[in-house]
Amino acid sequence: MINFQYSRPGDIADAVRQIAADPRAKFIAGGTNILDLMKYDVERPAHLIDISRLPLTGVEETASGGMRIGALVPNSDLSYHPLIEARYPILASAIRAGASQQLRNMASTGGNLLQRTRCLYFYDVATPCNKRAPGSGCSAIDGINRQNAILGTSDACIATHPSDMCVALAVLEAKVHVAGPAGERVIAFEDFHRLPGKTPERDTNLAPNEIITAIELPARGFAKNYTYIKIRDRHSYAFALVSVAAALELEGKTIKEARLALGGVAHKPWRNKEVEATLNGQPATRESFRSAADALLRDAKGFGHNDFKVELARRAVVRALTQAAQGTPQSQSNKKIV
Amino acid sequence: MPPTSRTPETEISLPDKIPITLTVNGREARLKLSPWVSLLDTLRDHLNLTGTKKGCDHGQCGACTVLVDGRRINSCLTLAVMKDGAKVTTVEGLAKDGVLHPVQQAFIDHDAFQCGYCTSGQICSAVGLIAEGKAQSADEIRELMSGNICRCGAYPNILAAIQQAMGGA
Repeated sequence: MINFQYSRPGDIADAVRQIAADPRAKFIAGGTNILDLMKYDVERPAHLIDISRLPLTGVEETASGGMRIGALVPNSDLSYHPLIEARYPILASAIRAGASQQLRNMASTGGNLLQRTRCLYFYDVATPCNKRAPGSGCSAIDGINRQNAILGTSDACIATHPSDMCVALAVLEAKVHVAGPAGERVIAFEDFHRLPGKTPERDTNLAPNEIITAIELPARGFAKNYTYIKIRDRHSYAFALVSVAAALELEGKTIKEARLALGGVAHKPWRNKEVEATLNGQPATRESFRSAADALLRDAKGFGHNDFKVELARRAVVRALTQAAQGTPQSQSNKKIV
Repeated sequence: MPPTSRTPETEISLPDKIPITLTVNGREARLKLSPWVSLLDTLRDHLNLTGTKKGCDHGQCGACTVLVDGRRINSCLTLAVMKDGAKVTTVEGLAKDGVLHPVQQAFIDHDAFQCGYCTSGQICSAVGLIAEGKAQSADEIRELMSGNICRCGAYPNILAAIQQAMGGA
């Protein structure tokens, strides 16, 4: 591992001052992603600012009936929090689908949003990668791209965002609270992560001198009709090939509102609100689900090794909407998909 | 070929070593460490506790699992300086007064290892799993132990050992 300076700011303002003062500094919280990347020479910070002891570990109810989750709440604690399990089970389920319990014990809520892609070429510093070395080219487009994206790609990058938790947060329309030198601001979840475009080196719209302080969940948790399905190369402890978070509000057998987000297929959790809206007022049937899935994947494009993801995603969307409508969410321990 | 000289992109002055205190297996250890030393390397190279294994060193295999303040974590993805003041339990700290921990005894009873390299991580992980209290069924144990890879494939016996230690069999 490379050498670096280490500091431990006393409060959030101090953390923001330190990161703003040193362009080669990075925050470390759980450390599960940045230390891994540093061991591979992908990240080379000259200074790690340890924010792990800042007082950002609360999980509290908000005045508007939602919840506010401190940025340093470990993923495992969040997924087992009684109010999260009861009111936002789609979030608890998605978190448990990711990583291992050891990693979930370490990884922070804010850090989960900021984890980098696991694209093979981003990790392999001997190969060109526009995300790691802007302008060097994309090795994945003509390379081993089984894990890579099929939606929202660009000529510069076909990486995917690796998080499971973020797919659920996209469906729940969470808000990201951040602090910076100019004060605090709130970023809607759909505006937090970016598509690669010509600047794949930027994963998010968080400024380099800002810190995530909390995630806010709106009141609606879709606790009755939801599921999180994750399809991967082994049953546990693997990144998604395709994952789907589906949430429905039903009136009898009619869909009043549908929300869908896909993981493993794009540079950010993938939502298409136009397609979701076509489900509103429709019967909760396989035919409705299939036509939504077809519309959602209409512009999907594979790059060879990942061509199978287009049909896999279609079928996963139908299955997820079926599970959500039946009120039979996917178990994350018994992996049978029903 | 003459050796190529390499110049660092930017001068980095080496930071001073940082004094920290860890309580490892009930004994206080005062150390002075560079910030980039992992908890895993601290245990193995600075405290001579080599029961904790370095498998992948990337958080993918679980061989380095230890308990920090009672929670199981990957010690390879942890900087020791971040854990100043913490209580660490390694596989060496599980037996009490010469009596094996129930999980250790269960691993012997069920022959839950072959080469043994992953075993200390498996055992610490299982101790953490039992403390968490979230796993009841075999499926739940398998899922919550998935961060510990066994290349010998002793999984069925590892599962049986954990079930015994949980009081199930």
